[in-house]
Amino acid sequence: MPSAIEIQAVSKRYGALQALDDVSFRVESGEFFALLGPNGAGKTTLISAMAGLSRPDSGSIRIMGHDVVRDFRAARMSLGVVPQELVFDPFLSVRETLRFQSGYFGLTRNDDWIDELLFKLGLADKANANLRALSGGMKRRVMVAQALVHRPPVMVLDEPTAGVDVELRQSLWAFVKELNEAGHTIVLTTHYLEEAETLCNRIAMLKRGKLVALESKDKLLQHGKEREVAFKLSAPLPDSLLPSKVREEDGRIVLKLTDLSQLEGVLATLREAGVRVRELNVVEVDLESVFVNMMHGGQG
Amino acid sequence: MQGFLTLFRKELVRFWKVSFQTVAAPVLTALMYQLIFSHVLSRHAEAYPGVGYTAFLIPGLAMMSMAQNAFANSSSSLIQSKITGNIVFLLLPPLTALEFFAAYMLAAIVRGLAVGAGVLVVTAWFGLPLPSHPGWALLFGLLGCGVLGTLGVIAGIWAEKFDQLAAFQNFLIMPLTFLSGVFYSINSLPPFWYAVSHVNPVFFMIDGFRYGFFGQADVSPWLSLGVVGGSFILLSGLALWLIKSGYKLRH
Repeated sequence: MPSAIEIQAVSKRYGALQALDDVSFRVESGEFFALLGPNGAGKTTLISAMAGLSRPDSGSIRIMGHDVVRDFRAARMSLGVVPQELVFDPFLSVRETLRFQSGYFGLTRNDDWIDELLFKLGLADKANANLRALSGGMKRRVMVAQALVHRPPVMVLDEPTAGVDVELRQSLWAFVKELNEAGHTIVLTTHYLEEAETLCNRIAMLKRGKLVALESKDKLLQHGKEREVAFKLSAPLPDSLLPSKVREEDGRIVLKLTDLSQLEGVLATLREAGVRVRELNVVEVDLESVFVNMMHGGQG
Repeated sequence: MQGFLTLFRKELVRFWKVSFQTVAAPVLTALMYQLIFSHVLSRHAEAYPGVGYTAFLIPGLAMMSMAQNAFANSSSSLIQSKITGNIVFLLLPPLTALEFFAAYMLAAIVRGLAVGAGVLVVTAWFGLPLPSHPGWALLFGLLGCGVLGTLGVIAGIWAEKFDQLAAFQNFLIMPLTFLSGVFYSINSLPPFWYAVSHVNPVFFMIDGFRYGFFGQADVSPWLSLGVVGGSFILLSGLALWLIKSGYKLRH
């Protein structure tokens, strides 16, 4: 089975700006994949290249094994894209929009699937409303439905939750998760790192057009190996451990460990000093700190 | 094929939903021209033997309106889609360059023909005879709208802002359509303007269209067919190449 997305040595320059610089990676079928990076890192350029909206200067991209230039029809049939910009056709209703979009993909009798999409995205009662009359969040849902009219095995969402209210974000992610469980490959870019953290299995990070990290989420999180551990103790902290102390909060002493394996030594010291541990919490590293680290040239 | 049919239908729906503006308005404008010019110039010498000026004017006005509206249809649809950004929904599906082009061009022809039919209906009582060669009239109607619809596709792809498109329309399309023998027979022109008219393809559209009604014209319908057909093939080739290359559509 071919990779869902195969990006090979893709470079793209806009004038003086190197938007993409020799980017290569694969996304396997069924993955839930996040593409992260600050503004201007090249995420949207890369998505545009996958979708055939822009043409790389060099390199190649395949969607489900189909080259996006030479075999563009099959590649585009395999790909659903939700663009970042909120766009719509002001002449059409929601249902008309979805019917026309189906037709562009060569599908005629698609109403059953359109009804299902409308229902799942909470648009059923808006089916005959003109796009102009919908709120921003509703328009975004229509765009998600448009990307799915042809049931593409691969779906790409470019910042789908930017500027969208919390309720919609949650229902949207529930829906996308369901798609992923049904076998669709999902690629998303997002500014909300906790979204990537809770949803995705694997993460690529772009910085100034270059791929700076490509790993499973768990491995990436291990990059931030420095851990903070919070203790609630029966007695004051022994002097020998004072250098590791970073702060105290809610009666808990927080120690910074360069590696989680140091924990054993800390516990031994406490035991020898006769201090009992009442509570122990390892503070999880979040993606945000790893991300900030990488983007400031810390790692990678 | 289904992709083409869908886009074609969408383009028809687009102008039909605002047909008051896209069909009725240009028909009214043409009627105004007809009323004013026939009033002012009715004593003008016969344009052709046995063809009064008011009757002579009708096919020219019809063809001019068809040309302008065919151009407006494809060009305004494309620039609106580009500026609002919803053109992305046409760039993501697997439409070929030919499907894309044919849908816009044929919808432009339909709008042009709808306007032309409207103009003929409301002005016919000024003395328009039944076409003596309906086949020629229809052929020039189709090809004329096709040429301008194709130019509209090219202009819509090229223009990045509304004022660029307006410039294209006001400085190219309007002079081409007005200085084309709509209001006069070019045989009455001084030699210089006579020569200039002969490099304007719209002149040949109107002349050929007129031939379809009166059985006489300034030049042979075959020459007109050659010029209009040739323009259509050349411009279509250019439009297809632009779409295929992604010019200003895919970056």
